[in-house]
Amino acid sequence: MVQPKLRVTLLTGRTIEQGVGKEQGKSSHGYFEACSMVYMDAEDMKKLGVRNNTNVLVTTPNGSVVLKAVKYTRGSTPGLIYIPYGPWANAIVSDSTTSIGMPSFKGTPAEVEAAPDKPVLSMKELFKSQFGR
Amino acid sequence: MSIVKAVTCPVCGSLCDDIELTVENNEVVKVKNGCAMCESKYLGYKSEHRIRTPLVRKDGKFVPVSMDEAVHKAAEILANANYPILYGWSSTNCEAQRVGVELAEEVGGVLDNTAVVCHGPSILSVQEVGIPTCTLGQIRHRADLMLYWGCDPWSAHPRHLERYTSFTEGRFEDSAWKAYLQKVKAAAGKKKLVSAERLEFVKSRPRPQTQACTISGPPQTLKKDGRKLIVIDVRKSMTAEMADYFIQVEPNKDYEVMQAIRALVRDHELDVDKVGGIPVEYLEEVADALVNCNFGVIFFGMGLTQSAGKFRNIDVAISLIRDLNRRTKFAIMPMRGHFNVAGANIVSTWQSGYPYGVDFSLGYPRYNPGETTCMDVLLRGESDASLVIAADPGATFPKRAVEHMVKTPLIVIDPHMNATAMLADIVFPSAFVGIEVGGTAYRMDNVPLPLKKVVEPPAGILPDEEILKRILEEVRIIKAQKMAKQAEAA
Repeated sequence: MVQPKLRVTLLTGRTIEQGVGKEQGKSSHGYFEACSMVYMDAEDMKKLGVRNNTNVLVTTPNGSVVLKAVKYTRGSTPGLIYIPYGPWANAIVSDSTTSIGMPSFKGTPAEVEAAPDKPVLSMKELFKSQFGR
Repeated sequence: MSIVKAVTCPVCGSLCDDIELTVENNEVVKVKNGCAMCESKYLGYKSEHRIRTPLVRKDGKFVPVSMDEAVHKAAEILANANYPILYGWSSTNCEAQRVGVELAEEVGGVLDNTAVVCHGPSILSVQEVGIPTCTLGQIRHRADLMLYWGCDPWSAHPRHLERYTSFTEGRFEDSAWKAYLQKVKAAAGKKKLVSAERLEFVKSRPRPQTQACTISGPPQTLKKDGRKLIVIDVRKSMTAEMADYFIQVEPNKDYEVMQAIRALVRDHELDVDKVGGIPVEYLEEVADALVNCNFGVIFFGMGLTQSAGKFRNIDVAISLIRDLNRRTKFAIMPMRGHFNVAGANIVSTWQSGYPYGVDFSLGYPRYNPGETTCMDVLLRGESDASLVIAADPGATFPKRAVEHMVKTPLIVIDPHMNATAMLADIVFPSAFVGIEVGGTAYRMDNVPLPLKKVVEPPAGILPDEEILKRILEEVRIIKAQKMAKQAEAA
């Protein structure tokens, strides 16, 4: 069976949990929990057949990463996914600086599919796979 | 046990300076007045994530070394590099930043700060069109309309509303806190009633459908007296929930929406129904509210600088302020992220003439964003060494940029084992600025504030400024030796 894929717009940004986590320490569990997730619209999750707190694979032309999907409860954001700033978001964000030094962290196209069997990598595992360190 | 009052919090650009810390046995044990991030910093600074000694990577593993050895190794890397990057600077004091400029000049590198992935585009726009701004004190006492565009202070600057804008008691404007509480209570009551009706405890009554916005006029919340809070964002953030009026714009459409509001402020009519997914009537309501306030402020964040248009979005935001100033009084302010990123821009400008992305490779400072910004240098794979201090590009740069950084020797100076430190070749532990070291930091409105030293740093751990001075001294010695050798050979 072909996995349904959803075309979405990727946003990255701050959350208060990410802010608290980064001050605790980047290798803290709080930071991992806060950043290795993706906020999705409830309707979009239904379309993909994804339940709250299950893993999804997010893919962009720059790469793909497994994240925990969390339902966004403050209003609807159909077609939008939101990943807190962090190494997981950086694995897939667009690095196009449009010649002004700033990569395109917000508003780039992405695809989401369910990946309940794939694990979310820890920061160490992610770096090992990306940079060999 | 002692209580230290009026401490400046070294977390975000709000630089709240009313924090009260309880210090016991040279440790902070209690934090008063701070937000969640502030508490996390003051109680987490001594955690297990702290780096205790200088580290050098040998055979893929970190090995503790003496400070002198680490300084010598780092200086050797920088002195021998052709085009090193010196990046970060935003979570340290201005005193360390000043030494950083000197070091960058000495090694002929690219000096860049976190503005490059933050408000760099805002700086570019300010250089093009100027900026009508003011201090947060003016806003606190006088502003009666706040518009947060593309930012979520509740998440990134948690006490911004409480200290400087809507929920603060100003001399000429009252706090909107009580009205907000009433709104929350009313919403909770309504929710209870709906659930009681659903469970058939009470008889359900037909209620008129209330809409957030109507064509006949602005919603009740915009008609209210006192301070008004408007949020324009791509999603309903927590700040948007607190707002009197929230407009959800489609991603990458901020530019169009802002131009539409500009046209409306200038009394032009729009011959379309929607702009950026927003019905024009809603925009008219916002334009009315903007024109009819006494003193308004637009705060903007990464929603504008990181989405399509980037610095053009800020151009048009500042132009909107210029238009509004013909009708009433308006100011604009970027929501700066790191607690001293504004200071990094100021020190860099004061020392080299340019705020970020300064290239010293020709022996004099050069600034050409897109070419001399460290992101582009990394993506083109041009640098041959990096020094990262008081920032964490490992957690904030796109993968390909970090990839190149890791390929070349990487020196990190940070109190915590952050993402970049985990990838580094040499790691220096440093003292926490604003906790173990004092100094100066600039708030988001470019007001300098003193940081306090409240506890002593652990034994052997030096401030950023001292580490940089030692590296600079060692670089000079190595370069002098090299020149002497060359002269001998000649």
